[in-house]
Formats: sequence, structure tokens, C-alpha cells
Amino acid sequence: MNAPLLSVRDLKVHFPIRVGGVLQGRYKQLKAVDGVSFDLMPGETLGIVGESGCGKSTMGRAVLQLIKPTQGQVIWLGQDLAKLGAKQMRAKRQDMQIIFQDPLACLNPRITVGDIIAEPLRTFHPDMTSAEAKSRVQKLMQQVGLHPNMINRYPHEFSGGQCQRIGIARAMIVEPRLIVCDEPVSALDVSIQAQIINLLRDLQQRFQLSLIFISHDLSVVRHISHRIMVVYLGKVMEVADRDALYTHPRHPYTKALISAVPLPDPDQERAKQRIVLSGDLPSPLNPPPGCVFASRCPIRTELCATTPPVLEERSTDHHAACHHSE
Amino acid sequence: MSLLAVENLEVRFDTADGEVCAVNDVSFSVEPGETLGIVGESGSGKSQVFFAVMGLLAANGRARGKVRFRDTDLLGMPVSQLNTIRGAHLSMIFQDPMTSLNPYLRVSKQMTEVLVQHQHKSEQDARRIAIELLERVQIPEAARRFDQYPHEFSGGMRQRVMIAMALLCQPDLLIADEPTTALDVTVQAQILDLLAQLRDTLNTAIILISHDFGVVAGLCERVAVMYAGRIVETAPVREIFYRPQHPYTRGLLQSLPRLDADDHQELPTIPGQPPNLQSLGEGCAFSERCPLVQPHCLTDRPLLRQIAEDHSKACHRDLAA
Repeated sequence: MNAPLLSVRDLKVHFPIRVGGVLQGRYKQLKAVDGVSFDLMPGETLGIVGESGCGKSTMGRAVLQLIKPTQGQVIWLGQDLAKLGAKQMRAKRQDMQIIFQDPLACLNPRITVGDIIAEPLRTFHPDMTSAEAKSRVQKLMQQVGLHPNMINRYPHEFSGGQCQRIGIARAMIVEPRLIVCDEPVSALDVSIQAQIINLLRDLQQRFQLSLIFISHDLSVVRHISHRIMVVYLGKVMEVADRDALYTHPRHPYTKALISAVPLPDPDQERAKQRIVLSGDLPSPLNPPPGCVFASRCPIRTELCATTPPVLEERSTDHHAACHHSE
Repeated sequence: MSLLAVENLEVRFDTADGEVCAVNDVSFSVEPGETLGIVGESGSGKSQVFFAVMGLLAANGRARGKVRFRDTDLLGMPVSQLNTIRGAHLSMIFQDPMTSLNPYLRVSKQMTEVLVQHQHKSEQDARRIAIELLERVQIPEAARRFDQYPHEFSGGMRQRVMIAMALLCQPDLLIADEPTTALDVTVQAQILDLLAQLRDTLNTAIILISHDFGVVAGLCERVAVMYAGRIVETAPVREIFYRPQHPYTRGLLQSLPRLDADDHQELPTIPGQPPNLQSLGEGCAFSERCPLVQPHCLTDRPLLRQIAEDHSKACHRDLAA
């Protein structure tokens, strides 16, 4: 077995939030990410699923040190990123890129697509000639499915799907080893979504990229990931191989999530037993003292209300955090 | 008689860049108690059809055609008269429950207003009916929460409030425009169950506008697929999903990543992107993305034609089943 590209150990991101009055307010910790650990292998895609507010985006940003983790380690090829100085960290960023949900909002509207894609080159390879940069940009545009003769156009001249391709090209230009994809297809139409998913898979296979694919859409995540992590209120509920997770989910939250996804098949959709969870996500400022999922869990007991469960291996490479999962 | 009959509806917008034809020659009808799904991608005109029906088009929009609700024509009706119908017999809920509730008014005020206005109820009766409805849509502690402001409710709760508000006067038709798109899947499941339950107990007809084929598969009896402002295929739900006859419908269904699929092959895709509605050509709007395109598709626009009982499509080609 080869060494992991990235090891995350007990990662915590807590935000101080002022509660109460302006003058006499006190601060409370919002635990956006609370003790997450995982390994990512070269060429692997880890899917992170969870509902809004579960901390999945914060996790992605903390891994890249875009948000400073409160506690825990992010180890990149044996090196703890938190211990690097600003300059060393900046050099490392070449290897780890990110693409975002809103494809238009993350592109500077005032510069041309060619300049947008070339910008990371100017940061990391300041001595590269502009002719060389241009030819790299054109080659990459071709690879992500954009016509190279559109190099002098501006972002508003492109559709959502094309803007996402530009974002992907900008991330790819420095030949990274890891891309964090934060809901990259959520803003796209169905017919365009499939194009972008295929592009990401194709690039991954071609360049042995590792992906952290953050999404709320379980169908998309199942399609693209090798391994999937289910997150709820900043904590990992379950991690498993994609097929194991969908065919034998062990955590009641995973079961409920899977059963809640509407299937585009009228007979199956109407026949299936849906586990409908009551209520909403509890406030992350006041998480339940025991298991964070206990307030909505269909199989909770008294134990769950008082003692947080530990993420344990239930079968080979299949971890779940539940007192009552088999 | 149909509950709602739309005939040859056209919606045009005047913009600085010229006229945009958002909806073209759309006809369909809804029977009492029926659930019709309208699917399409952004810009397909699916929402604009119903903004036109409800008289809610933006100021630069114009609607032409016929929209009959029972035996009254809604298009061109004076607003004062329209206000006696919408909200009472015909109501609509929107995608974003926060922006469609007034943040300055308590939920109680926003709900009782409907009953006082339409049914001339006393304030007291209105409160009682509204609280009952909130309980019916499973708002916990409805009586206590009734006087709270919208921001004190979560996203799912706000959508429940919207649904309760739309049902206050027991409308015959509820138009739900992407009612669960802004919600998490577990909350979406709650809202979909609620809609199905309300339809079954109150016999309200529902038009569900959605881009999500899964949501439509679960709730609707009949489906119309829209592309570039036109209905391209309409049929009962099982026909659409198991025997789609339009290449666009077929392409969309194939391009969906499936939760229940354990092969992880490349997804089939529809190449290209939806056309610009300002510069639609003579021919079929889907022709430039269509795998079955033939020369006459580029020049001759296909009309919606019946291909089987209760199944119509707008395509020149006949697909093998």
C-alpha cells in the first residue's frame, strides 16, 4: 500500500460567535468541524456529503489552510501544514487547488479568460514567458472542452457550465495533485452537470489527481467517489467504500439520507420505504450533549442522549459512529 | 370541464437587447385533483408559464393566448378581479420561502390577512383556522409559534408556513414552483410527503414545477417536459420515465447519475447547451444538440403531435422503443 497524499487527524474548526448583547456579550464556540480524521490516497476521490450547515465546506477549506484549523493536523506527504511558514505554504499551494460552487462568481469579471487561467502560473512560475503561458493555457482549454480561440473573451460571455470549465482549467494549470471540489455541479442544469462530472473523472484518471468532492447530492457523489464520508453537525457519521455505503449503510443518518433521495423512477420511488426524519438540524451553537444526531434519530436510546459515540471500524474499511449500528 | 386550461400561451419580454420569447405556443390542461409535473432546465420557461397564469409577470413581460380557470379567462383580467381568484381558488408557492414571506410581519398577520381578505372572516376565526392549518403541516407548537417572525423559523418550517398559507382558502389548484429546491434532502422528503398527503385528503390539484426528475417521479401523475419555451413531450408519468419518446427527454433521463446504479461508467451527456431565447431559428430548438437531427429539423419546427393515447411530442423523428 502506498503512502497517503494527505492525512487529516482530529481536525477541528471552531468559530467564536458572540451571543447576547453588544456590550456584555459573551462568546460561544460554533463547532463547524469537530474532530475529523481521514487519509486520502493519490488518485483517490473522497466524497463528503452532508446537509447545509454540517461543516463540509469549512472542512475543505481547513484542509487547504484557507481557514486556520483550531486544532488537529493536516499532513501533506508527511509534512504538517500548520507548521509551515507563509512562504513555504504558498509554494505548497501549487499542489492543492480548489473549485467552487458558483462558477461565475469565482471568476474576475474584468479580466479575460486567458488571464484568469494563466494567473496561477504568474504566481508560481513568475519567470515563465508569456508565450509559453499562453500555449499552456490554450492546451488546457482544449483539455477541459473550451475552444482555445475563446481565450480573449470575458467571463460573462460564457454559460454556467463553461464558467465551471474555466474554473477547472485555472485549478489544473499548475498541475496540482489535489483539487477540493466544493459543490462544483450544484448550480448547473441537469444536462450540463453530467458533462462536468465526466470532465472531472476524465482529468482525474489522466493526471492521477486526488479529489475531495464536497456535495449535498448523494447520486452525484456516488457516481464520482471511491470512498464517501457522511458528515452531520461537524462530525463524521460514517465512512466507507461508495458501494458498501449505499448497499449496506450502517448509520441511521446515512440510511435516512439515502432513503430521502428521490429516484427518477416512478415505480421504485413510490414503492420504496422512506425513513422520514422528524425536525431540522439542531443549532450548531447548542449541539446535543451525546450523539449529535440523537434529536432526529429513529433508533435513539438514553445512552445516545448522554454519551457521544466513537467512529469505529465495523467491517473492513467501513467506519460508523453509532451506539446501535450493527 | 378542466380546472385549468392553457391554450397557445406566449410570453414575451422586452429587454434592452431585443425581444425574448420565453414561452411559445404552450397548451395544456389540468383536471380537478390531478398532479401535473412540469420539468425543464433553467430558461426553459417553466416558471414563466405560471407567472403568466397568476398575473405575476415582470413589468416588461406580455402574455398572449388563453388561460381559462374553470370558465373565467384569467389573462387580461383586471387586477381587482384577479385578486378575488388568486389566493382563494388558485395559489402558488415559490422556491425560496424566505423571500416570499414578508420579514417585517408576524406569520400570524400574514396568514390571517388571507382569510380576512378573501373570506371576510373575523380576526378570531382567522387565527383559529390558520393555527389549525399550521398544525396540519406539522409545525410543532403551532399556537406558540404563530406570532413569531419568519426569521425565527428554519428553511423547512418556512416552506411549511408557505404551504399552509397557500392552502388557507382551500384552493382547487396549488402551483408549486420548485418547492423543495432550497431545502436539504431530509427536509425535502418531509415536504414531499406533506404535499402528497394534502392532495389525497383535500383533493387539491397540484402543478409541480421542478428540474428534479426524482421529485416529479414520486408525486406526479402526468408530466410535461419543456425546452426553450415549448412543451416538447407530455405523457403519463410512467410513459415519460419508461418510454420517453423525445430525444431531449431521453437524453436528460440518461444523463442523471443514479443513486441505485453500481456501475460507474461515463455518464451519457447531451452535448452543447440550451439555445439563446433571443435568437431562436426557424427549426427545432433542440436540433443543434440532438443525436437524431436531420436536415428538415433545421428548417421546419415540429409541432406537438399525438403519438399514442395521452402521449404527445414535438419531434419529427419516430424513436424506436
